[in-house]
Amino acid sequence: MGKSSLHVLKGLDVEVKRGEFISIMGASGSGKSTLLNILGLLDTHDEGSYYLNNQKIENLNEKKAAILRNKFLGFIFQSFNLITYKNALENVALPLYYQGMKRADRNKKALQYLDKVGLKGWAHHLPNELSGGQKQRVAVARALVGDPKVILADEPTGALDSETSAGVMKLLREINNEGMTLIVITHEEDIAEMSDRIIRLKDGVIVSDERVEKLKVKS
Amino acid sequence: MFDLDRWREIFQAISKNKLRTVLTGFTIAFAILLFTLLFGIGNGLKNTFAKEFAGVAQNAIYVWGGKTSKAYKGLQQGRRIQLKNDDYIFLVNEFSDDIQYITARVNKYLQAVYNNEKDRYRIRAGNPDMQFIENLIVDRGRFLSRFDIKRSAKVVVIGRLVEIDLFGNRSAIDKYISLDGFNYKVVGVFSDVGGDDEERFIYMPITTSQSIYGNNDFIDEIDLTYNPKMNNAEALSFGKKIQRKLKVKHDVALRDQNGIGMYNMAEASASVGAVMFGLTIGILIIGLGTLIAGIIGISNIMVFVVKERTKELGIRKALGATPKSIVAMIIQETLLITTIAGYSGLLAGTGLLRLIKPTLEEYYIVNPSVSNSLVIGATITLIIAGLIAGYLPAKRAARIKPIEALNAA
Repeated sequence: MGKSSLHVLKGLDVEVKRGEFISIMGASGSGKSTLLNILGLLDTHDEGSYYLNNQKIENLNEKKAAILRNKFLGFIFQSFNLITYKNALENVALPLYYQGMKRADRNKKALQYLDKVGLKGWAHHLPNELSGGQKQRVAVARALVGDPKVILADEPTGALDSETSAGVMKLLREINNEGMTLIVITHEEDIAEMSDRIIRLKDGVIVSDERVEKLKVKS
Repeated sequence: MFDLDRWREIFQAISKNKLRTVLTGFTIAFAILLFTLLFGIGNGLKNTFAKEFAGVAQNAIYVWGGKTSKAYKGLQQGRRIQLKNDDYIFLVNEFSDDIQYITARVNKYLQAVYNNEKDRYRIRAGNPDMQFIENLIVDRGRFLSRFDIKRSAKVVVIGRLVEIDLFGNRSAIDKYISLDGFNYKVVGVFSDVGGDDEERFIYMPITTSQSIYGNNDFIDEIDLTYNPKMNNAEALSFGKKIQRKLKVKHDVALRDQNGIGMYNMAEASASVGAVMFGLTIGILIIGLGTLIAGIIGISNIMVFVVKERTKELGIRKALGATPKSIVAMIIQETLLITTIAGYSGLLAGTGLLRLIKPTLEEYYIVNPSVSNSLVIGATITLIIAGLIAGYLPAKRAARIKPIEALNAA
């Protein structure tokens, strides 16, 4: 927030292919959140180049960034970031509102996605009437509903107990199996191991980038 | 373009965040309510003042004979000065250029009788000019005429309330009433903005009064209005000039304050003018003060409201809301709340003012009211203030990076 600048990421070269399920790991301060924010167009990079869907991201003003986020990106946050006065259905439908979809259409589509995450029955509940796991499922549905190219998840299980975490990760896995590209940030080894590829960051540089053995995923 | 979807979004934000909505609305409504009440009461005070001095012409001068308080030219002190018809003629001749209306006057207090109704009334006997000096409005019939004076006609013009007292709902015109045993024909009925007291008088020709009740040419006072083109200072010195001339004529010492009495409305006019000016300024300050308090209030609330929503705005931005849509949303919400609240405040204010009007009038606050255009103007001012106060932080919130907004508490 301050005016002093800090070099957080120092030269990363990563390519993420369509349909990949990647986790980015690192201790706090390693730059993983900054990377995710840049990928998510929530923050801007100073140097280097970033291609999203083969489109170079540069000279973005807030309006263009907003449109790109709306079209290509879905977000899942550690703290869910649901709008408290909107019910589950309305929260899920919000990205569609900003796509300019008609109300009836977007409610129908939002309900489909709520069904997909197993919360059809909770459509008209407010976030504070849902458990943490349910809130995160709503957030997953919201990330998916706009048909993005990539879903970015920042510590999606950070606020959940291990059982619920496993459920959410299983959901993400299912989504990936349907072809969605997923990038998850986490500092929990067992969460990272549920993905296909782990990129480890330390002090703003990549220390390792390796595939996860399939055996472990299945276990 | 009317965008139903956007309005639905706004209605939801408003209705689901009641505290915020109520706070914002209350500020505006209360400011307008106070503005209307204070301004209305202020105007009422002003009306009271204006009314109290509306009974007679603002440029009137009254002179009367008193008792000397100083011995002068071998004459004793304590001598009574009796004005007569020739004093009236003297003033008419002497000051014809400076005088607008003038009348000699005799005051009486007589028993009036019509059928079984009777009461005592104050009588003013004078000439036709008296109508203009006393600001009388002749409702029906006519006022005294030159011809009445000339032939000492036994006619009277009675106040609206005299007519009601004696005649009930019937018209008094062309009826005869008796004043201490002498019958007079009622030729006119008048009303007077000066109020009730002024409408319980009976006017008759001075010549009639002099011949019937005294058989002399005595007069009690001379009333006149000066040329309205005179400014206040000229009017004051004109009054003194008349008084001095009469003192000389009646051998009263010039320094004697009591021999010839004089009252000049210009003295009151000056102080009335000052009080009215003071009241106007006071009302303006009250009105402006309320408005400024309202503007500060709504600005504070808007800053707070936008700050409170920073996170929500961040979420919306992450989901694809453009900065423009964020600003538009806040502006539209503010506009809706403030317009409705402003209008309710306006209705409540004017309604309350009407409700307490009878009570206020017991305390001599006449017709407390505010012009519609003024209240609407005040409401629009507050709405615009709210919009500006909402726009600036909304613009800032729309510009900050979504990640910063999301990190906000």
